[in-house]
Amino acid sequence: MTEVSFSLNGAPVTAEAPPTTTLLDWLREARGLTGTKEGCNEGDCGACTVMVSDGRGAQALNACILFLPQLQGKAVRTVEGIAGPDGALHPVQQALIDHHGSQCGFCTPGIVVSLAVAHLQGRRDFDDVLAGNLCRCTGYAPIVRAAEAAADAPVPHWMRDSPAPQRPPTVDAFAAWYLENPDATLIAGATDVGLWVTKGLRDIEPVAFIAGIEELRRIEITGTEVRIGACVTLAELHRAVAPLHPSFAELIRRYGSEQVRAAATVGGNIANGSPIGDSPPALIALGATLHLRRGDARRALPLEDFFLDYGRQDRAPGEFVEAVSFPRQQDRLRCYKISKRFDQDISAVCGAFSITVQDGKVLSARIVFGGMAGVPKRAAQAEAALVGRPWSLETVAAALPGFAQGFQPISDMRASADYRLAVARNLLLRYYHEDQRTPASVLEVAP
Amino acid sequence: MNAPHSPEAAQAPVHRPLPHDAARLHVTGAARYVDDIPAPADALHLAYGLSPVAHGEITALDLGAVRAAPGVVAAWGAADLTPLPDVSPAFHDEPMLADGIVQYLGQPLYLVAADSHLAARKAARLARVEIAERPAILTIDEALAADSRFEEGPRIWSNGDAAAAIAAAPHVVEGQIEIGGQEHFYLEGQAALATPLEGGEMLVQCSSQHPTEIQHKVAEALGLPMAAVRVEVRRMGGGFGGKESQGNALAVACAVAARATGRPCRMRYDRDDDFLITGKRHDFRILYRVGVDGEGRILGAEVRQYARCGWSADLSLPVCDRAMLHADNAYSFPAFRVESHRLRTHTQSNTAFRGFGGPQGMLGCERILDHIAHALGRDPLAVRRLNFYAPPSAPANRRTTPYGMEVEDFLLHELVPELQKSCEFDARRLAIADWNRENPILKRGLALTPVKFGISFTLTHLNQAGALVHVYQDGSIAMNHGGTEMGQGLFQKVAQVAAGVFGVEIDRVRITATDTAKVPNTSPTAASSGSDINGMAVQAACRTIRDRIAGWLAAEHQSDPAAVRFEGGRVRVGGADYAFEDVARRAWMARISLSATGFYRTPKLHWDRIAGRGRPFFYFAYGAAAAEVVIDTLTGEHRILRADILHDCGRSLNPALDIGQIEGGFVQGAGWLTTEELVWDAKGRLRTHAPSTYKIPACSDRPRIFNVRLWEGANREETIHRSKAVGEPPLMLANSVLLALSDAVAACGDGSVYPALDAPATPERLLAAVARVQG
Repeated sequence: MTEVSFSLNGAPVTAEAPPTTTLLDWLREARGLTGTKEGCNEGDCGACTVMVSDGRGAQALNACILFLPQLQGKAVRTVEGIAGPDGALHPVQQALIDHHGSQCGFCTPGIVVSLAVAHLQGRRDFDDVLAGNLCRCTGYAPIVRAAEAAADAPVPHWMRDSPAPQRPPTVDAFAAWYLENPDATLIAGATDVGLWVTKGLRDIEPVAFIAGIEELRRIEITGTEVRIGACVTLAELHRAVAPLHPSFAELIRRYGSEQVRAAATVGGNIANGSPIGDSPPALIALGATLHLRRGDARRALPLEDFFLDYGRQDRAPGEFVEAVSFPRQQDRLRCYKISKRFDQDISAVCGAFSITVQDGKVLSARIVFGGMAGVPKRAAQAEAALVGRPWSLETVAAALPGFAQGFQPISDMRASADYRLAVARNLLLRYYHEDQRTPASVLEVAP
Repeated sequence: MNAPHSPEAAQAPVHRPLPHDAARLHVTGAARYVDDIPAPADALHLAYGLSPVAHGEITALDLGAVRAAPGVVAAWGAADLTPLPDVSPAFHDEPMLADGIVQYLGQPLYLVAADSHLAARKAARLARVEIAERPAILTIDEALAADSRFEEGPRIWSNGDAAAAIAAAPHVVEGQIEIGGQEHFYLEGQAALATPLEGGEMLVQCSSQHPTEIQHKVAEALGLPMAAVRVEVRRMGGGFGGKESQGNALAVACAVAARATGRPCRMRYDRDDDFLITGKRHDFRILYRVGVDGEGRILGAEVRQYARCGWSADLSLPVCDRAMLHADNAYSFPAFRVESHRLRTHTQSNTAFRGFGGPQGMLGCERILDHIAHALGRDPLAVRRLNFYAPPSAPANRRTTPYGMEVEDFLLHELVPELQKSCEFDARRLAIADWNRENPILKRGLALTPVKFGISFTLTHLNQAGALVHVYQDGSIAMNHGGTEMGQGLFQKVAQVAAGVFGVEIDRVRITATDTAKVPNTSPTAASSGSDINGMAVQAACRTIRDRIAGWLAAEHQSDPAAVRFEGGRVRVGGADYAFEDVARRAWMARISLSATGFYRTPKLHWDRIAGRGRPFFYFAYGAAAAEVVIDTLTGEHRILRADILHDCGRSLNPALDIGQIEGGFVQGAGWLTTEELVWDAKGRLRTHAPSTYKIPACSDRPRIFNVRLWEGANREETIHRSKAVGEPPLMLANSVLLALSDAVAACGDGSVYPALDAPATPERLLAAVARVQG
């Protein structure tokens, strides 16, 4: 049992529950707050979206994969707390009524919360705001109309939660603890580990919640290097890389959903070792270095070397990811995420390309794919076929056969091996064509 | 009896765009769904243990570890239940738990009752199960090879000599299309709660489109008369057909466990279980052979439909019938033969899904029209219009369906040109051709497709509805009928009808949960029929009460009942003018009955499903959509850039709710044809069993420009206020998306190869089609 104190809809509460109790189950079963719905229990549908505020502001999060200890000292607002204490509707609630934004109503509480958070933040990119809120009835059009109609209304006073700052654990203390407890499950955003519990029904204790560790949340950008702490969220990474590598930012925009990016961390996306994580290909293409720590011992290695084989990484017991860094460089990075659905889908193939050209010749090439092997992997043969040659369609065409030598992808429910290989080749063509300013992205076509 | 008073249609609030009746409850989180109902502290939670193989003989089922698991109160295998309940809708071919033989991967093998949902789920993975595997029939090809099917052979309907007409035709177009299934993905998963009452009676609250069937199945399972079982449905968090029969298994399990333990029992499927257990939209393969003249006029056609039905019959036969009934869509086929194979496979039992076979049949037809146009190098829309059923003024033979029903209300000759004009279709086609010449990597496509959808249950006896209306002494009105609310706004539309009869504002009408104890023998809320039949039943009940009041009031004022006016919350007779609530109170004091039932049966229907002849539909609903897309020839990625829709709801009961059905139906249909792909592996395991792998449209997938308008015009048939049904037809407007994608693919080649794009058009299928036309 763990005791967790936080603010719920404006009132202080203390929850006593096993540490892997989800906020969703606690709300519905212990508090009788049934407005927050279970749609999928894995963070993909958004019916359980709640607003969580801490010192960094308010965020929309999926309550179904949010463990109670992650809320310590924060403020939670459920759909029941979006209307005012006197029952006055929030502007997005009124607009959803006026614009017929609900039909069956089951996704609506999550949509209300997502839109209320966006309203608080003054955002109007509603396609992104709502990418993690599935609605099966409306086709979304009336929901977006409602969001637009409510955008200019003032933020209701009750929406501004300002929880007291917490005193987080230090990384040194955590490093020492983890050395003593190397079998512990580390939980940062819980967007992956959460499913081990809600779907795998696994017992993952002992657990350590590390997202609050300040030293792991830093982003340091110097004249020569960008260093990202392991517990930097994908949302924070998005903001950090947008001015440097806009294509990387665009990739992250499509990573998970608003709710997932607000919780998921860079370290988690690397350390879980998935061959289909989207940030490793881009980071490897940027020449990233991984910084690991065990107790007081630190080591660094090229990120690509961390991934040994499917499900196997170069990480010792008690060792954890502290940060990832990459050199400042000319932006030649293009990231391509291929999936059945544009938003909130796992990549069939994720390709990251950084090819520098000098005097018409390829100076360097880093081409990295996710989804093409058991690990994120560089296209070594294709890179070799490019470097030193004129940057031309002929050179690109000559490099294409190299992909088949380097990759033997699998067939699964996302795509066949043949498709993956064909697309991997074609993405190099896309990179070339885009470099020649030939339109090659359907996302950039105006109706 | 008919409308002695002022026309109700002119009355507020009929035809007004009022919001959904529960909108405020939705947005505040106060709307209560089944799993939100507070249950007593001793309530038990149920979960099924599922089969890990697709086909085989159960040689051992040991529930020892299940029963010993923390929190478990009881567990049952098939052998523990005598008799073993059946949960099928019609054919008694679905034991609640696999009995001896496992028929699909995901089939419930045992039932667990525990003190929490999580404890039940954990225990439901602990049984020791031994199954002697048998070869599983998973695909259409495997089913055909094994002649594994429902019914003795294919159902065949023909009209004229199609083979001879094709043989004599100047051109023959031949091909096939694979059409994938679709998971409903109602946001609220299947859920039920059973509470044992005194004397062995049972109350079931559940998320179902068919409360009467739940009542029937629970009564059957418990050996009770139906009168001893009460089923209540306040609302569903989405249904789409997926809660027409698929809720039986939960409701019956809860009732059986509640009886056995004496405690309330509730069950909700975890989302992954919901995917694995329940049926989906049928996947189809459709083969066609069509004879045409030089302009593309159809002379004769042979169509063969193969449907993968899954392990049990469920609703597959009427689904496949409806696919046959829509194989003509909006076009006249002078000679026609349609053959339908209902294939039995070791997979989930496919079931009702919005359109009920109509979408597959209609898409097969639209593929034919597109293929004809391509083969003859003619404009697809011109070929479509050339083949339209003739207008009502034309001779009957050009406007009679292959099943012998005269199309009396064909309005696409007016509707399609209006849409074509309003969306600047012709100019955009030219502009797109120019754009495609300038763009080597990206290609645009544009297509306009019509919808003609038959309205009525093809099972004729289901076309009936009942209602119960009370007027209370304070003037408030309680309304109840057999229809269920799943988000479509049925309750509000029907409340508008009721308010219209009494001439009062909508807030005076209290909407109550569907309840088998109030209105018996209800039909499923399905086939788009909800507001048509329940609106009429409620209107009849309201009129009965209103006429009683009018008769009494007229007698009091020595006036004519026909002269009593119910308007604006007032009742006027002679020179007198009363508030409605005063009249209600005085009528009660005068001992006038203020409660009435209403009943409706749809007229004009007759249908022989074996011969394939008759009038299965009261009328048709029409619409058309123009979709514009862009594809990437390097990856197969695509976007819907624009959709323009003109749709026929007759005189809409509520234009806002109807537009909501159209927008939502279109996007749901577009999902079916693009991103939503169901994938089973070689062992019969559904690999796309959660939203992480099965992708319904997200917010950004809706068309960038999305123009939806209602066609103005009354239903020629006497429906409720001359409106038309709207639940299903708009889904098929999304056929335009697949054909626009096909058009974009065609633009990648020299015109010699037809794209033959299958559905769903995932990036992978599109890239393959691009490769085909590029040679």
